[in-house]
Amino acid sequence: MSSDVTSAGRVDGEAGAPAGRVDGEAGVSRPASTARARVIGGTLSLFASELLTLFRRRRTWALLGALALIPILIAVAIRIAGDAPSGRGPAFLGQITENGLFVGITAMVVATPLFLPLTIGVVAGDTIAGEASHGTLRYLLIAPAGRIRLLAVKYAATAVFCAAATLTVVVVGTLIGWALFPVGPVTLLSGATVSVGEGLVRFLAIAAYVTVSMLGMSAIGLFLSTLTTVPVGAMAATAILAVVAQIMGALPQLEWLHPWLFTEYWLGFADLLRQPPVWDSFADNALLQAGYLVVFGALAVSRMVTKDVLS
Amino acid sequence: MTDGSPAGTGMAGDAAVGDATTISTAPATDLAIETYGLTKRFRSQVAVDGVDLAVPRGAVFGFLGPNGSGKTTTIRLLLGLVAASAGGARVLGADMPRHVDSVLPRVGALVEGPAFSPYLSGVANLRRFDAADRHAPHRTRSARVDEALDRVGLSHAGRKKVHAYSLGMKQRLGIANALLMRRELLVLDEPTNGLDPQGTREVRALIRSLADDGTTVFVSSHLLAEVEQVCSHVGVMSAGRLVAQGTLEEFRAAGEARVLVQTPDAAAARHVLARFGLDVDGDGGGAVVAAHFASTDVAPEAIVAALVADGVRVRGFEVERASLEQRFVELTGEGFDVVQ
Repeated sequence: MSSDVTSAGRVDGEAGAPAGRVDGEAGVSRPASTARARVIGGTLSLFASELLTLFRRRRTWALLGALALIPILIAVAIRIAGDAPSGRGPAFLGQITENGLFVGITAMVVATPLFLPLTIGVVAGDTIAGEASHGTLRYLLIAPAGRIRLLAVKYAATAVFCAAATLTVVVVGTLIGWALFPVGPVTLLSGATVSVGEGLVRFLAIAAYVTVSMLGMSAIGLFLSTLTTVPVGAMAATAILAVVAQIMGALPQLEWLHPWLFTEYWLGFADLLRQPPVWDSFADNALLQAGYLVVFGALAVSRMVTKDVLS
Repeated sequence: MTDGSPAGTGMAGDAAVGDATTISTAPATDLAIETYGLTKRFRSQVAVDGVDLAVPRGAVFGFLGPNGSGKTTTIRLLLGLVAASAGGARVLGADMPRHVDSVLPRVGALVEGPAFSPYLSGVANLRRFDAADRHAPHRTRSARVDEALDRVGLSHAGRKKVHAYSLGMKQRLGIANALLMRRELLVLDEPTNGLDPQGTREVRALIRSLADDGTTVFVSSHLLAEVEQVCSHVGVMSAGRLVAQGTLEEFRAAGEARVLVQTPDAAAARHVLARFGLDVDGDGGGAVVAAHFASTDVAPEAIVAALVADGVRVRGFEVERASLEQRFVELTGEGFDVVQ
């Protein structure tokens, strides 16, 4: 609080005043297209700020680092201990000594059931509850961020984190495999062989598949996050739901329920390693995840717009 | 001095619709904040009970009340953070929370203490809140953030992570956040909380300078001396109700004054004071005679003259006006218990 308060105020005013005045009239006289452009521009600005906040946080990098450890551990263990007896261990494990590119895929098979949902559950569960626990939710809302806009931006940032998480596993896996094992043309499940380049494209498609797989769970996490001011609660609940859904998916007695479980197609990405690639499970998965996004997105919105922000 | 009228609370469910039409047909008011029968219930408890606030534009409005009297809940209602159970509020002429998007960019606020992401620097936190306001121009963001930090004396600490900030520094950063844009209304909830004496003085100076620029300032506080120094208007909350509001002068005048005469001739002094029609306190047997000094048509100097004329040896004479604190205690009750 400097002594030349008034002069500082004037400079501040010059910067802020024109925008403030435009706002006042915007709703009435300005053309709708300009207003819409500003809404979109403002939302992009908020999205950029949200990504910056997410990726400037040490925890985010710790989560990605933990995911990166999975392919590294797999590769190093195989390098030291040699090949596993065939038919044991996760899928694709046996191929690694022949072709290091399979480290990324093996790591994805290992990470998808638990580690990936755990890390994404942390980010999704933190979206609103984390802001509430810091008290920053009230300041974002009186900025005003807009309740639905904030929710949308938070979800989009979580989706970006899903992509970052799956890419971390695939990219780190491919790199460490390249470093420790021989690399060559990729033999697919159907027996056909494709070039290294096409193999890498297939791996990126698998990363996209798994990213899409996580979008439904992210929506569930987002909704749970609007219910509480304790982020750990929302995080744990999201991860637990992912485990419970997979257990139910393993019970043949609940077969009628299986097509509706958001975890149903999680490991279906092997279809992308056929020649030609089979996209059916990708499409089914995308539709299912979209359904979860719609339902839990709507629940999150209805909760968010009626929520009394007391934190 | 208004009292929360039962009529306001009576119009429960349809109040928002009914009142909105009534008010929009009325001539445009010069009130920055106006609430009618504003009520908030949490389950069985009534936190805010039929509050009718009227804060004129340009005023520095001191919003007083003991802990738990509903001040912060009222502020949350005004800012659209919680929804009213009954009644409604207009801020800068528009109904809240319906017009949150057009009203809030013109309002800066500090609500229930500052709050920031501890893992970000002060600058990054301010930039983040500024980015959340889609009306805040992107290209002036850095300049405005620097100005605001400079204004609260935090320029040197802007790059530090907020978790390394002291309470007072966080408080300053919170005020800086409210000042990121030029605002028509500032809502400051306990702005001097955690500040050192210099900081308190600076906040007072800041509030004055903002008010001089024409900004309406709505400041809640329990520090009465604070409010007495900067406010033009005062409102007092007690147990969820607005028990008094008006200009500071009206408020003080409503309190009672007392005449204190220090004299060895107590009985004679009593006699003189009674002759002026003053309500003399019971015989304390001491050297000070006290009397309620309600009517303003008696001049204190006339009393002194009469005392001296009657041979009373006046050693001291004082007219004691009610301080804001006394008036506050009269309205809200004594004791330490948080009002339920």
